[in-house]
Amino acid sequence: MKKVLEGSQSVAEAVRLARVDVISAYPITPQTHIVERLSEFGADGSLPARFLRVESEHSAMAALIGASSGGVRTFTATSSQGLALMHELLHWAAAARLPIVMAEVNRAMAPGWNIWADQTDSLSQRDTGWIQMYCENGQEVLDSTLMAYRISEEVNLPTMIVLDAFYLSHTYEPVDIPVQADVDAFLPRYEPKFSLDNDDPRALSSLVTPDAYMEMRYSMSLAMDNVLSLYDDVEDDYEKCINRRSPKIETVACDDADTIIVTSSTITSTAREVVDTLRASGEKVGLLKIKLFRPFPAAAIRSAVRKAKKLAVIDRNFSFGATGIFAQEIRAALCAEQHKPAVFGYIAGLGGRDVTMDVIEDIYRQTQSQSTPAADSIWIGLKEIHNER
Amino acid sequence: MNASQPEKEYMYPGHVACPGCGAAIAMKLAMKALGENTIIILPACCWSIIAGPYPQTAMKVPILHVAFETGGSTASGVRAALDVQGKTDTTVVTWAGDGGTFDIGFQALSGAVERNDDFIYVCYDNEAYMNTGIQRSSSTPYGAWTTTTPGKDWKRMRKKNIVEALAAHRIPYAATANIAFPDDLIRKFRKAREIKGSRFIHIYASCPTGWRIPSELSIKIARMAVHTNIFPLYEVEGGTDYTINYLPKEYPVREYFMMQGRFSHLADDDLAKIQEMVDEDWHLLLKKAGMSGI
Repeated sequence: MKKVLEGSQSVAEAVRLARVDVISAYPITPQTHIVERLSEFGADGSLPARFLRVESEHSAMAALIGASSGGVRTFTATSSQGLALMHELLHWAAAARLPIVMAEVNRAMAPGWNIWADQTDSLSQRDTGWIQMYCENGQEVLDSTLMAYRISEEVNLPTMIVLDAFYLSHTYEPVDIPVQADVDAFLPRYEPKFSLDNDDPRALSSLVTPDAYMEMRYSMSLAMDNVLSLYDDVEDDYEKCINRRSPKIETVACDDADTIIVTSSTITSTAREVVDTLRASGEKVGLLKIKLFRPFPAAAIRSAVRKAKKLAVIDRNFSFGATGIFAQEIRAALCAEQHKPAVFGYIAGLGGRDVTMDVIEDIYRQTQSQSTPAADSIWIGLKEIHNER
Repeated sequence: MNASQPEKEYMYPGHVACPGCGAAIAMKLAMKALGENTIIILPACCWSIIAGPYPQTAMKVPILHVAFETGGSTASGVRAALDVQGKTDTTVVTWAGDGGTFDIGFQALSGAVERNDDFIYVCYDNEAYMNTGIQRSSSTPYGAWTTTTPGKDWKRMRKKNIVEALAAHRIPYAATANIAFPDDLIRKFRKAREIKGSRFIHIYASCPTGWRIPSELSIKIARMAVHTNIFPLYEVEGGTDYTINYLPKEYPVREYFMMQGRFSHLADDDLAKIQEMVDEDWHLLLKKAGMSGI
């Protein structure tokens, strides 16, 4: 059934359909609509989950670590400062091998206070052992959240479903909501592989000496790598049960493209229009959207861009002293290739600044005008600033 | 062992506590009252080590090791998971040190008990960060040497009164207990187990390593803490109903302080000042218990 939903409401619908048992959350703009909608589902009885209204994001994640260790399906949502406060426990949840699913609304880090879209909050968590998916629209949010439970519960690693502040969290669009029976067929009740059990008492997450720690980390690494192939299987199942696909990467007109614009999240939707317009005027341009960021689908990306001469990577994030983070990852994925496109890295839209069709077309034109990038990171639309050195 | 104490043990022999460790004795006694349908949540503390490294465990019940500051919040989550599975009769116990309770875990503890989540929070108190090498906490008493209050820089702030802080949350049950009073301790855990909602038990747990005392004095010093009014045995029900469980011999605090290396630098006037503080706290407690006339 199609309904017009906010991005936040798409998350909540997916959580309801996934029959989550325990939710724990703390309010932060612009995540609040997710937990408000879930609270309404609790109040009207349509989601009989236990909702823990905790006193911080750190406690929200800690409570889910407890609940997931207790053997039930869990969910939380946060954003920005809240995610940063959780940082310690993001490592903990992953290494404790708990299949927690969290919606994370990308919001800029303070100071200065800024509640608008920026990916630096979640991308700074890339080494915590969480699967990460950057969503373009409400439909993808719903589909990815349901797929996340299947994937996380299979590999015992947590997943972060990432959506842009306001551009997605607060934007209404038509979303096809699957019926409960189809979701139940796709996502059965959670059967934990281990849990706190008084009939089989064990110590979970205890002290690990150097003798065993490396193997523990390696098994996490294997689990994370397994997500790449598992994702495709789960997507096939999703199509069987729910009749829709939601790929880890997506290409538009890449086969004969000289230049490929690379995007994630909502910037992708704008870039689709730009590519259509440029194609209509004869430009050989394509689009690569990266949804799955952890694990990084390097092989799929290499295959998608192998014929292109240039990549124009748009990053709504920045790693100081390095470059935009998607650009870094793409450069690393391509570094061993003999023939590889030149990677142009563009920083745009930080702190919610609008990335319009004009901005993306400007990025394309700049990429066309030079044979090699002028700098590792080309900042788009900067007002004049003073360099102290 | 006293006839009133159950014989069944829930700790395996071979745990890795120091000789004379009050925290190990506390767990042994508490588990006798709590029994096998218990889940222990262990935020970082001496017990993270005592419980044994992977793949071993010192306990016959499930243990969940968790991050330092999450004793309260993780318990809320474990409780929720048990409840949605209908396991409402399983007792959830957070077992934390003073650092994890008085300091870094205080927010999560306050949050969990404000929600009146159904669990027992136990603080075994050895009055400093012992596991990391005897650094001062807000539980470290006035006058104490620690490795971060060395030499003439000994701690000149009073110990935080954690039971009063918890009682102020109006939780159903808060109590003190002491390893030198095992019958009282077991009685309190039995009582706590039967109460729903947030319960808090503050256990005096001597630390031979950190207090610079011989291990064989662990129990004696714990007993002296009660008899000098430094650590009164009492219960608070509903945040307002105070009961003092044991009327001490009221030895001068000097008797307690002179037994411990961590206080060996204190002069007579320091001890006099400490005596005043202890007297003040004791009289305040008597007043709350409606025993001011004593």
